Amino acid sequence: MFKFFLVKLAQLVPTFIGVTIVAFSFIRLLPGDPILLMAGERGISAERYAELKSQLGFDRSLIVQYFDFLKGLLHGDLGNSLVTHAPVMDEFMSRFPATLELSLFALAFAVIIGLPAGVLAAVKRGKTLDHTVMGISLTGYSMPIFWWGLLLIMLFSSTLGWTPVSGRISYMYFIEPVTGFMTIDSLIAGDWGAFLSSLHYLILPSIVLGTIPLAVIARQTRSSMLEVLGEDYVRTARAKGLSNFRVIMVHTLRNALISVVTVIGLQVGLLLAGAIPTETIFSWPGIGKWMIDAISRRDYPSVQGGLVLIAFIVMIVNLLVDLAYGVINPRIRH
Amino acid sequence: MKKTLLAAGIAAMMLGATPVMAKTLVYCSEGSPEGFDPSLYTAGTTFDASSKTIYNRLVQFKPGTTEVEPALAKSWEVSDDGLEVTFHLRDDVKFQTTDFFTPSRLLNADDVIWTFERQMDKENPYYKLANGSFEYFNSMSMGELIKSIDKVDDHTVKFVLTQPNAPFVANLAMDFASIHSKEYEQQLLDEGKPELANQQPVGTGPFQFVNYREDAAIRYQANPDYFRGKQPIDNLVFAITSDAQVRYQKLMAGECQVMPFPNPSDVEAMQQNDDINVLEEAGLNVAYLAYNTQQAPFDKPEVRKALNMAINKQAIIDAVFQGAGQVAKNPIPPSMWGYNDAIQDDRYDPEKAKQMLEDAGVENLKMNIWAMPVQRPYMPNARRTAELMQSDLSKVGVDAEIVTYEWGEYLKRSSDTKRDGAVILGWTGDNGDPDNFMGVLLGCDGVGGANRSQWCYKPFDDLIQKARTLDSQEDRAKLYEQAQEIFKEQAPWDTLAHSTVFMPLRKEVTGYKIDPLGGHSFEGVDIE
Repeated sequence: MFKFFLVKLAQLVPTFIGVTIVAFSFIRLLPGDPILLMAGERGISAERYAELKSQLGFDRSLIVQYFDFLKGLLHGDLGNSLVTHAPVMDEFMSRFPATLELSLFALAFAVIIGLPAGVLAAVKRGKTLDHTVMGISLTGYSMPIFWWGLLLIMLFSSTLGWTPVSGRISYMYFIEPVTGFMTIDSLIAGDWGAFLSSLHYLILPSIVLGTIPLAVIARQTRSSMLEVLGEDYVRTARAKGLSNFRVIMVHTLRNALISVVTVIGLQVGLLLAGAIPTETIFSWPGIGKWMIDAISRRDYPSVQGGLVLIAFIVMIVNLLVDLAYGVINPRIRH
Repeated sequence: MKKTLLAAGIAAMMLGATPVMAKTLVYCSEGSPEGFDPSLYTAGTTFDASSKTIYNRLVQFKPGTTEVEPALAKSWEVSDDGLEVTFHLRDDVKFQTTDFFTPSRLLNADDVIWTFERQMDKENPYYKLANGSFEYFNSMSMGELIKSIDKVDDHTVKFVLTQPNAPFVANLAMDFASIHSKEYEQQLLDEGKPELANQQPVGTGPFQFVNYREDAAIRYQANPDYFRGKQPIDNLVFAITSDAQVRYQKLMAGECQVMPFPNPSDVEAMQQNDDINVLEEAGLNVAYLAYNTQQAPFDKPEVRKALNMAINKQAIIDAVFQGAGQVAKNPIPPSMWGYNDAIQDDRYDPEKAKQMLEDAGVENLKMNIWAMPVQRPYMPNARRTAELMQSDLSKVGVDAEIVTYEWGEYLKRSSDTKRDGAVILGWTGDNGDPDNFMGVLLGCDGVGGANRSQWCYKPFDDLIQKARTLDSQEDRAKLYEQAQEIFKEQAPWDTLAHSTVFMPLRKEVTGYKIDPLGGHSFEGVDIE
């Protein structure tokens, strides 16, 4: 198992180097100059422009800048944001927990609803329930996040008044960040009101962000359940006279889960991508919104640093998913 | 049922947590501040969160106007040669007492001198910390303008200028000139963490900083020691909400009481909503189409005038601004002093335009129209505007092609004197002075820079230069009125529009005034 882990880890190294190259060049390939954007209509004198350019180190060759970036990266230093002048690492770390918290709740929502829905659809294959579940999940999958979010806000927040429109917690609470997870920090602070408020604010964004993964999970569960249901060992289990429930939950679902876990792992990338519009609609102070701002301001250090960190996280999650296979299915451990 | 119970429970908890007496105003701001030291930045969003709330300046714009009035300085006088401006400071101004700073003295001349030294003295530790990147101070050429700042006594400060400059006092009402506490920043320097001035600000303003959760919310509380008295509201919260549609939903749900920058298409529905008031005012801005007057055939005023007459500006106001704007005839907005209302605009008349082009010997003219890629306060959609122009121009036999570049690139390339084509661009006033429009955008100094029409016309420039040196606003206004006549005759631009600013707020909010300079201030605002 440990060797398996090491091999997987070693495989990440070339991927990671590739990511640094892509992240470094992506923002520089986009037209636009951070200094000119900062100056706006007011403009900037040629001398001042040259001065700023050399201060920021943008007058050096790209190769030198890239290796400088790599060197910093190895020391855990991603440079400072051009806009706030704060270290990119700090900026990222102060926002990432918000995105992670939202993603975890969205994923939990997707799994809790998607998995049983997929199982039910498979068991009732071809029946009305199956068609309904699959129909709804197809709709969910094709839902543009922005539109879906606004629709839910208009219905549940503006019309019914059940949920807040946007934000992470009521402005009446200020919880000192410890972990950065609002739900956990409010519990650490022992403030139940804040805890409930943070949950209340999580409901809509989690649903919106979780909708597409939910659809994917439901469909994947259904199809892999159907595949396994056709296996000989399932027929054997039924022939042994096991209860239907036991056949479905133990013999079928457990085997069907392998491909479902893969798909859940793949959702992490999707969740981070979906976080961008979701965070924008719900004014959620996470990295999605932060990255968009950084890109539009051509804040090179923030964009390249943010991309590398996000890619790093996705890679780690994929590694964990690979390891999880080993737990679910002992056959692939070696 | 369960859901309702839960919701009720949550609501009860929230109510339980609210102190009954405190009045809190929530403002759905449009973005995150870059920091809290206004001298370092140029964005309005940052100023709203810093200079407008936490700080004061020596002088200020009278709320809702561009008129300069006393603030931290109770009076000032300008010497006869215009080279010395002396300010008399109030002696009752206390800096804010916060968790991180307790002032030991009142505001005095040292704070004023410190504020400007940190932006211009290369030896000042704050200058070094910021690498001199005080972009607004620099772009207003303050460094070249100020020769020295002298402390006459504890409450008198004298600015010595290198040349007479009438807009100078108005410049000091701008956000970058917010007065910092020398005592506080000295304390930070002693503690070895000067950068905290940008995160934990201290000023003299109506509200003091409480805390900031990045991209989420900024909290302030009323400054109990404010020199004009404590504010009617106790707490002010900026709930950062970048999407205009969501701000609108929050306003309707009562999650905030004031929001800036509504979508133009939502304004009508807002006006019909019983819970919402929509304030509106003409913005202190102008959108224009700048010809390159150094290139044939645009070097001929009659050609430029003909093109102006070929473009139907009212149609642009209707289609692009959706009515939220007015046709511009002068380079300065009508709410500004010195505006010449007697000017006749080049009337939309395609027939005559065609004739004029023929008379000028221009045939089969091909030209580029530059459309900027971003939405700005003065221009909701430049691409659409350019398309309307294109179709208007085709009616007089001019073949226009629309070009665009990424925003930074657009600004740079459009400054080039060899640029091919007419550029759509605009300007929002900084200090309410006509010089800030006509001097910056049309003066000879601006050619190759902010003067996008590359227009250097001596009779016009002489008037502008002279107006800069006079002290009396009345005399200056006369010169600007003349300058506008010359401008119209020569037509380096087609003046397109002045946009309207809308400010939706809930009915219970009173005392809010739209700032024509584009800022958002909550001084004097109350909730009933």
